[in-house]
Amino acid sequence: MNATPMAVAIPRWDRPNALTFVISVLALAFLFWSFSNVGLSWERMQRGIPALGSIIERMFPPDLERLPQILRSLLITFQMALVGCVLGLILAFPLAILAADGLSPHPVVKHLSRGLIALFRTVPDLVWALLFVIAVGLGPAAGVMAIMVDKIGFAGRFFAEAMEEVDKGPQEALAAMGATRAGLIFSSVVPQALPSFIATSLFSLEKAVRGSVILGLVGAGGIGVELKVAFDLFDYDTAATIIIAVFVLVVLVEQVSNRIRKRLL
Amino acid sequence: MALALALPEETLAEAFQPALRIQGLRKAFGARTILDGLDLDVEPGTAVALIGANGAGKSTMLRMLVRLIEPDAGRMTLLGEPVTELAPGALRAFRRRVGIVFQRHNLVGRLSALSNVLHGVQARKSGPGTWLQSLAAAPDRQEALACLAEVGLADRALQRADSLSGGQSQRVAIARMLMQRPEFILADEPDASLDPRSGEEIMDLLYRLAKDKGLTLIVISHRLEHTLRYSDRIVGLADGRITLDKPSRLADPRHLRHFFTGREQDA
Repeated sequence: MNATPMAVAIPRWDRPNALTFVISVLALAFLFWSFSNVGLSWERMQRGIPALGSIIERMFPPDLERLPQILRSLLITFQMALVGCVLGLILAFPLAILAADGLSPHPVVKHLSRGLIALFRTVPDLVWALLFVIAVGLGPAAGVMAIMVDKIGFAGRFFAEAMEEVDKGPQEALAAMGATRAGLIFSSVVPQALPSFIATSLFSLEKAVRGSVILGLVGAGGIGVELKVAFDLFDYDTAATIIIAVFVLVVLVEQVSNRIRKRLL
Repeated sequence: MALALALPEETLAEAFQPALRIQGLRKAFGARTILDGLDLDVEPGTAVALIGANGAGKSTMLRMLVRLIEPDAGRMTLLGEPVTELAPGALRAFRRRVGIVFQRHNLVGRLSALSNVLHGVQARKSGPGTWLQSLAAAPDRQEALACLAEVGLADRALQRADSLSGGQSQRVAIARMLMQRPEFILADEPDASLDPRSGEEIMDLLYRLAKDKGLTLIVISHRLEHTLRYSDRIVGLADGRITLDKPSRLADPRHLRHFFTGREQDA
């Protein structure tokens, strides 16, 4: 069957302009260059996969001899995450108010607060941990501070967005009767943004628990130290116990967090 | 002797001071003039229905009375305050004396009816005790309950505002306005988005409350029968000016229709 003239006339694709075409070609070239630059090769994959298999084989059965010590470290890891997260959420709240459109007292304050939140969010928690290990020494205190700063960045942004998105009607009604700024925020904005605050706080806790495992690798306390030592000593069956323990903790926290979310929201 | 003569004059002047005086009020949005030199006096205790077609500037005028929208020119004196000249602090203090009922009820849906009513106390107080009914001082809580009872919803005090019907929700908004202890009421289409019966009940409630408490009321409604029944005086806006001003009992519905339809042939 022949195509109708109209079907032929309608182009299937938009013709890219010259700039789009050049950018696309450069992006593709950069992608190929990235593949060659990261040293990923078929030969290395062929060698690596059996080596990985051998490590996994040496991990089983997991060694439970050090389980009590691992569980103690796991508890400290969780407490580190919990305290860091709570402190971060508490500090994120006023910062989010200062950063939110319509609530910030002055545009300069708003931009400074947003800049601070962006800085806390974009620098990875591992880098904050390295800084705090130098500042306050090895141990969970450095981990708590790293998690706290990371959570100020994470929750600060979402808290501010949640407060900006609430229905402005109740605020208008309260402003019209001469209510104070604090009155507007705590009577109208916070109650409306509360479900979002709870969801963000629970996600923060989940993220903090996952992140706190890694922080130990740079000396910021918790189970990460145990994991690093186990790998350094090629003690793979102990490492397996630690990984399983971490897995159980993370899943447990996610499950509890899901239940709380469902119940409260 | 001179003093004795001066006193009755002052008393006389006070007695005739209008609750609201508007002189030469002007507002334009871009090239479009909404209000073009409007003058109006409202006597204390009067219920005025403000009518006009869509876009005639009724809501703009109402919002300008408490400077939620700033006028371009003109003077307004409300409750003896020169509204147009008030500095921010004084404006906030003045707004506390004026209760507003909005078309959208503007309640915080997640909070109880009682907490929403309690928010009205923020017109004269601040602090955590004004945010939630559970944190409120006993006298404020009692007063909020009494306001809810006044609008017939005492039995719904702890029900979440977003679970109330449209009419109930507007009643809670009116109770919040009462909690404010206003001296003047502005109502911007309080019967809009309600079914006819609920709309009528709301207009009746507002009119009755204003009369019982001796408050001046300015109300906008898009329903002709409500306008006639629940006001003492009707003021019609068209082309940025007042083109009709007469007692409601003397108003002929046939001559009002074009204010609601915006069609000249209805005039």
